[in-house]
Amino acid sequence: MDLLLEGFQTALTPTNLLYAVLGVLLGTAVGVLPGIGPAMTVALLLPVTYNVSPDSALIMFAGIYYGGMYGGSTTSILLNTPGESSSVVTAIEGNKMAKAGRAAQALATAAVGSFIAGTIGTVLLVLLAPTVADLVVQLGAPSYFAIMLASLLAVTTVLGSSKLRGFIALFLGLAIGLVGASTGEARLTFGQPLLADGIDVVVVAVAIFALGEALWVAAHLRRRPLEIIPVGQPWMSKKDWGRSWKPWLRGTAYGFPFGALPAGGAEVPTALSYLTEKRLSKHPEEFGHGAIEGVAGPEAANNASAAGTLVPLLAIGLPTTATAAIILLAMQSYGIQPGPQLFDNEPELVWALLASLFVANLLLLVINLPMAPIWAKLLQTPRPYLYAGILFFASLGAYSVNFQAFDLVLLLAFGLLGLAMRRFGIPVLPLIIGVILGPRVEAQLTEALAISQGDVSTLWSEPVAVVVYVLIAVVAVALAVNAVRTRGSAAPEKEEVDA
Amino acid sequence: MRATTRARRALRVGVLALAGVLVLTSCGVTRGDDDPSNRRLRMMIPNSPGGGYDLTGRAAADVMQSNDLTGRFEVSNVLGASGTVAMQRLINEEGADDLLMTMGLGVVGAVYTNGSDATVAKATPIASVVEEQEGILVPADSPLRSVDDLVEAWKKDPRGLVVGGGSSPGGPDHLFPMQLAKTIGVDPKDVNFITYDGGGPLTTALLGSKIDVGMSGLGEFEGQIEAGELRVLAVSGEERLDTVDAPTLTESGVDLVFTNWRGILAPPGISEETKQYYIDLLTEMHGTKEWQDALERNGWSDNFATGDDFAAFLEEQDERVRTTLKELGLA
Repeated sequence: MDLLLEGFQTALTPTNLLYAVLGVLLGTAVGVLPGIGPAMTVALLLPVTYNVSPDSALIMFAGIYYGGMYGGSTTSILLNTPGESSSVVTAIEGNKMAKAGRAAQALATAAVGSFIAGTIGTVLLVLLAPTVADLVVQLGAPSYFAIMLASLLAVTTVLGSSKLRGFIALFLGLAIGLVGASTGEARLTFGQPLLADGIDVVVVAVAIFALGEALWVAAHLRRRPLEIIPVGQPWMSKKDWGRSWKPWLRGTAYGFPFGALPAGGAEVPTALSYLTEKRLSKHPEEFGHGAIEGVAGPEAANNASAAGTLVPLLAIGLPTTATAAIILLAMQSYGIQPGPQLFDNEPELVWALLASLFVANLLLLVINLPMAPIWAKLLQTPRPYLYAGILFFASLGAYSVNFQAFDLVLLLAFGLLGLAMRRFGIPVLPLIIGVILGPRVEAQLTEALAISQGDVSTLWSEPVAVVVYVLIAVVAVALAVNAVRTRGSAAPEKEEVDA
Repeated sequence: MRATTRARRALRVGVLALAGVLVLTSCGVTRGDDDPSNRRLRMMIPNSPGGGYDLTGRAAADVMQSNDLTGRFEVSNVLGASGTVAMQRLINEEGADDLLMTMGLGVVGAVYTNGSDATVAKATPIASVVEEQEGILVPADSPLRSVDDLVEAWKKDPRGLVVGGGSSPGGPDHLFPMQLAKTIGVDPKDVNFITYDGGGPLTTALLGSKIDVGMSGLGEFEGQIEAGELRVLAVSGEERLDTVDAPTLTESGVDLVFTNWRGILAPPGISEETKQYYIDLLTEMHGTKEWQDALERNGWSDNFATGDDFAAFLEEQDERVRTTLKELGLA
């Protein structure tokens, strides 16, 4: 505790505070700008490490990381254009809320949720970093495969009212995820080297969400009366708070462990958080039309995962995301070697960094909460201008993922797919989750089987994997029993929906 | 009406922020001038910011710029297929007298594994600048204590020994174990190689003893090596490293020297004059104190060579990589 207080003393010196503010502002800005993520920003800022003291630089980088995780939500909610893969899920309900005149509430629940998750995550980081990291390396490909498989199965619970359309979307997503040469064998690349690295989920999401919608609106502009976006309340109501706090905590519970896992990241926990909230919500009918739980959960999850990422980074020098890898690089350019000795060798630096994470979190809340109603007014822009702006940001975002004009072609192609999906009522969520999870499931399965030389029994050779399979079996049985029990009353209703 | 002014203000803030980012990433595309001090050059980087080529290319451009050896450098990252896309662009810009590209061993291999015909032999070689040794890593409690143990275990059960590396097929961490296997008499086709997405996941796999051996540059593993959680059986270069207490392969009785080198290429079809200008420029850069500092800071070894020396080296590397990948059926 004394160490943490000393850390606060370092973090709160005027210089370091300034770097924290700078980092948070910069992080929020790059989060808002689609395509330019925190990883790239930190990488481009690496040269500052030659001139700035280590604690200042690391404090700024941590601010960028947290800020980026939050900033991505702003464009997701307002423009339906997720800037980072970690905020793709936020767009689903967030933008619906914005259209219903509840943009300010969506932004506020994202800001407060990020703050709470980030703070809890940082507390957990302080408490667990020295001990938990040794455990996570024991998880191998078989365990990850089981976890990813369970996540994929969870998607089938949100396929929407028509199972057929839901599965079409899911399999489209899995097919998009197949593109690339990651397995050593080029698949669906049509001899095009630009496709060899696969298709980035940000390009797909921006195309399907933003471009698909812009095309849809353009196609109906003359046929339908203008829907005016209502102004709405500027702040969260008591009911909003009541509906948000549980998703915040549950999102944190998903985000932190996934962030700490070497193959975790922020995409899977945001998706899982969304699926959970949809399942548990008292207002399931609101999902798909702007349910606040669907914003609160995923936004908490992505910030908690950012905190989780720092556990293996600080404790065993193990970067689990691109941003963490570059922060590691920055540390190394100072001759600081994260790893088991870091807490002993550089206690001042580590605790200053941890303290600055609390500071960064608070700064984010203070800066962003008052901004929410102001951002929300952006939606009052007349629609032709608004959609022109959305198209601009969508193109910018898709382009800056890889700096390839080719990605704009992909953007347009997937935009047309998005238009077609809206036309035929195919849900978007299963497709996006398919793109996120498909390649991960496959990569873990490939790795597990390659190591065991094709021996399938390796899949249940790790305790975590066995536990996950047992859980899957229990849930499957429970669902089957439930279905049989309610068949009498539910079946006719369901047929009606399907037809 | 207040609402719309506010919205406009918000929009303006957004546009300003955007303009700032554009300035940061500097989008000017102006062609070179005759006066060298005013010359504008482009440096193409074949991987993402923070990667090995990026650090090398940006450090080089930075040193040349800050020492006023040349005008401004515009550095751009051209991503795709482990460098194949950038290589293709270099070849396409035949005769362009303002373009340089940072590349290295990984790009040589990626061109073959991706079936592209934009091979490095077509470009104009300028200079090799840095190299990093590969290391053979095992977990602390591994039964493999020396290179001899490794050779014995590998020969006994070629497929049973699981080798991991932080690069995709055709990259340095893949080429190294393949050439090592061949040198000690194991068929490269039998090598059970697992690709990891960089040093982080590879570290995890090693620490959890999911794989038997890891092959990689050692920069990302210093912490674990220092802590005694990972051991280095050998390094791949000609001489031992100062930072790691491990023998070279040659000392351990395996006749193989392998380094992951990086260098600078120019497009094909440039004039002899331009080529000489680049060579002089890089030679000057190599002589600066800033460059020597950059080498030390990043743990790179100097392997500076220009013109015909580098051309001969490149040709030899190209041939060696092609043969290795061909034997594996990947080229």
